[in-house]
Amino acid sequence: MKSLGNVRRSFAPWIDPKSVPYIRFENVTKKFGDFTAVDNLSLDIFEREFFSLLGPSGCGKTTLLRMLAGFENPTEGDIFLDGQSLKGVAPHNRPVNMMFQSYALFPHMSVEQNIAFGLKQAKMNKSEISDRVQQMLKLVKLEKFAKRKPHQLSGGQRQRVALARSVAKRPKLLLLDEPLGALDKKLREETQFELMDLQQELGLTFVIVTHDQDEAMTMSDRIAVMDAGVVKQIGTPAEVYEAPDSRYVADFIGSVNIFEGEVKQNADGLVKLDSPDGFSEIQAVEDHKFETGQKLFLAIRPEKMNLTRERPTDANAASGEVWEIAYMGDVTNYIVKLDGGKMVRASTINRKRAVENPIGYDEVIWVSFEPDGGTLLDR
Amino acid sequence: MSGRWTWFNITSVIFGMGFLYLPIVILIVFSFNESRLVTVWAGFSTKWYGALFRNEALLDAAWVTLRVALLSASVATVLGTLAALALTRYTRFPGRTLFTGMVFAPLVMPDVIIGLSLLLLFVAIGFDRGFLTITLAHITFSMCFVAVVVQSRLVSFDESLEEAAQDLGCTPFHAFYKVTLPVILPAVISGWMLAFTLSLDDLVIASFNSGPGATTLPMKIYSQVRLGVTPEINAVCTILIGIVATGVLIASIVGRRRDIQRKLDEQQAAQEG
Amino acid sequence: MSNMFRRLTIFIPYIWLLVLFLLPFLIVFRISVSILEYGSPPYVPQFEFESWAGFIDKLGMLNLDNYRFLASDALYRNAYISSVIIAFFSTMFTLAIGFPLAYGMARASTSLRPILLMLVILPFWTSFLIRVYAWIGILKPEGLLNQLLLWLGVISEPLTILNTNAAVYIGIVYSYLPFMVLPIYSTLEKLDYSLIEAAQDLGCTPLGAFWKVTIRLALPGILAGCLLVFIPAVGEFVIPDLLGGSQTLMIGKVLWTEFFNNGDWTISSALAMVLLIVLVVPIVLFQNAQAKATEAGK
Repeated sequence: MKSLGNVRRSFAPWIDPKSVPYIRFENVTKKFGDFTAVDNLSLDIFEREFFSLLGPSGCGKTTLLRMLAGFENPTEGDIFLDGQSLKGVAPHNRPVNMMFQSYALFPHMSVEQNIAFGLKQAKMNKSEISDRVQQMLKLVKLEKFAKRKPHQLSGGQRQRVALARSVAKRPKLLLLDEPLGALDKKLREETQFELMDLQQELGLTFVIVTHDQDEAMTMSDRIAVMDAGVVKQIGTPAEVYEAPDSRYVADFIGSVNIFEGEVKQNADGLVKLDSPDGFSEIQAVEDHKFETGQKLFLAIRPEKMNLTRERPTDANAASGEVWEIAYMGDVTNYIVKLDGGKMVRASTINRKRAVENPIGYDEVIWVSFEPDGGTLLDR
Repeated sequence: MSGRWTWFNITSVIFGMGFLYLPIVILIVFSFNESRLVTVWAGFSTKWYGALFRNEALLDAAWVTLRVALLSASVATVLGTLAALALTRYTRFPGRTLFTGMVFAPLVMPDVIIGLSLLLLFVAIGFDRGFLTITLAHITFSMCFVAVVVQSRLVSFDESLEEAAQDLGCTPFHAFYKVTLPVILPAVISGWMLAFTLSLDDLVIASFNSGPGATTLPMKIYSQVRLGVTPEINAVCTILIGIVATGVLIASIVGRRRDIQRKLDEQQAAQEG
Repeated sequence: MSNMFRRLTIFIPYIWLLVLFLLPFLIVFRISVSILEYGSPPYVPQFEFESWAGFIDKLGMLNLDNYRFLASDALYRNAYISSVIIAFFSTMFTLAIGFPLAYGMARASTSLRPILLMLVILPFWTSFLIRVYAWIGILKPEGLLNQLLLWLGVISEPLTILNTNAAVYIGIVYSYLPFMVLPIYSTLEKLDYSLIEAAQDLGCTPLGAFWKVTIRLALPGILAGCLLVFIPAVGEFVIPDLLGGSQTLMIGKVLWTEFFNNGDWTISSALAMVLLIVLVVPIVLFQNAQAKATEAGK
């Protein structure tokens, strides 16, 4: 059986109709004056899930997180945590902790004191607090920095203090607002894996807000792609990448080519689109029945496109001129101008260090793809 | 801004500073003059300082002033900090424009107007004039200065710090007390210092609102200055300048040291990280 | 923040200012339309609030005698005019000394700047009264300035400076200089020097760049500084009283005399009301500038 992408773990409570969601947003709307930040949104998140809210800035993802933490109240609808409504529960009474985008480390307290802050509020006794603080310091590898103040730490160290502080109280749910946004690329990649390990180790539920699709893809069990206050699609990273259900999602995650055409024929799990953008016809594998004459879009990723000098045997082929070549190291990206005038993206993996007679600028070549390479979209 | 420091720049700075400091320096120098004639140097002496400490009326006035300043600065700091919070945190509440106006207007309002209007209020409500009325008057105008000082710090305060404290289990009031207040404390302290010196310096408002037995030091100095320049007054002024200058110098040196240390720490952390 | 805490934060300072700042002005107004009487308190209120209907009726019968008296007497008229003139010119003089000082400070090296800043702030913390007093010893006929000028041979007779308007100008410029320097310095300090280089790169002469970039961008600071000097200077009492002479006419001094020497509370109140009206426009300008600066800081 074929499956989408590479399977990460055998953890998928959302498939099981019997499993009870840990967090439930029920028709939640949040308005700031005339501006609707979150629009009638419903969403389930399960226990121990690593869940990402992904979207451009201003899409409502941070508002959603802040409503979970209790800093904003829904204008309409309700949020449930472990079956209990959160209506009217103040932030300090919620069994939820948050890691802030700015880290929000208390500048007048040392690393130790920052981590112990929540524990002291919970009135834990002194020896327990110091044990827990030591444990947390060890977890984030900052034992040597216990006495330092936040301004005496580097960006990465501050990020780890913020993390330690937010998990010190052992919340069942941790909210992370752009947790890696302030780190440089290399540190960010390392930290992604540390976060995943930590989540596994402590058995927590993570809800993370990010605008970085790579980050969301790397870490999450599921991703909710948001735009203008609504969820466009919820799915595993592979689902949202390989089977986006709208042009918005297809375009937001990774790069994509979108062809437009009318349904010509629809039989035996194969849809044929009429002469879109320089192709004589496009064939796509699709179980869903579409009406003849309906306008559809085919979304296909650049790496699923083949480039050949000879006319290929693939069903979907069109010829064009190489317009742009970008050598990225691991892959090479091409932009090809089809005879119909449309620009398409294709990429090839550089498996060999040197290639004989590579495709060059202005060359006339063929672009093709398999019928099961792309996704048909009606919106 | 930077660039070359031209001769024009150097001259204007030296001239400006000279203008600011020469009169004060002269005043201090002549407080140590042997002669009663303030403008003729007749040798060094500290006798005028000795005379001060035998001047009961002056010491009484100084004591009144000190109490007024301590009390009014402390109350003004609380009220001014609250006002600063209201101004920065709450962009919408009924009558905010009026509130903003009332906070900023006293900064420039001529003393005679504030003094007279408060006096008339106290008379209208039948409040006896004296220590308390001076204190109330000083609180009213100096709280606005505190508000401006604290507000300028609050504007750059990261409100997520307070949210983080609540997230970790603090009630809103606790979050303010444990996190916001310690962070803005330097601004609150300089607000207090400003309120204290404003109260220490005020002549006009205190004159309108004082009653029998409540003569402040500036009032006392003023009544003597009207009679002419004397070395005793120079000595009082020198002491006052000394107290304020020491306070301001210490505060700014401590502040600057902390800033430098902080910068060094940050550089070091960045290198380690 | 919880509602309770929030309400108290706004409520306490608000009520305080309403009762001790705004209400007094209403009382000043009431007394300014009252009739002078020798007694305690020395006025008869003509304007009691009983009902709205009565309020409207009484508006028509306000006792405006005090204001009529102010308008009829040239002394008061001239006092207002000369206060504004003295305040205006001393503001200009303060700007003339303050701007180059602030500009020089802003161009100093980063290590020198905090020290210079502190030096400007220090006098600002020192007693106003003391700083004015310091000038008496310098300006009086046998004072240090005259001694110096005589010694240099510039003059043969001591100049009369103390108890003239010239001394008032010196006093105002001296006392309010830090108020002018600080706002200008803070705008100039933030100014990015590469803007001036860019202007020169695009063909401006150094003087042109100074005018079109430096001055232009420092305008908010210049405006704030001028208002901080002008408004209090109009109502200044200590400086004209100690440094000015009998011919120095300033409204703060007139008000003080009416109140303390003549015991005329109704005229003093009317004087304060008119002074407030004179200052309304600059005060509103100042508040707008403050509000803008606060917004910009966010």
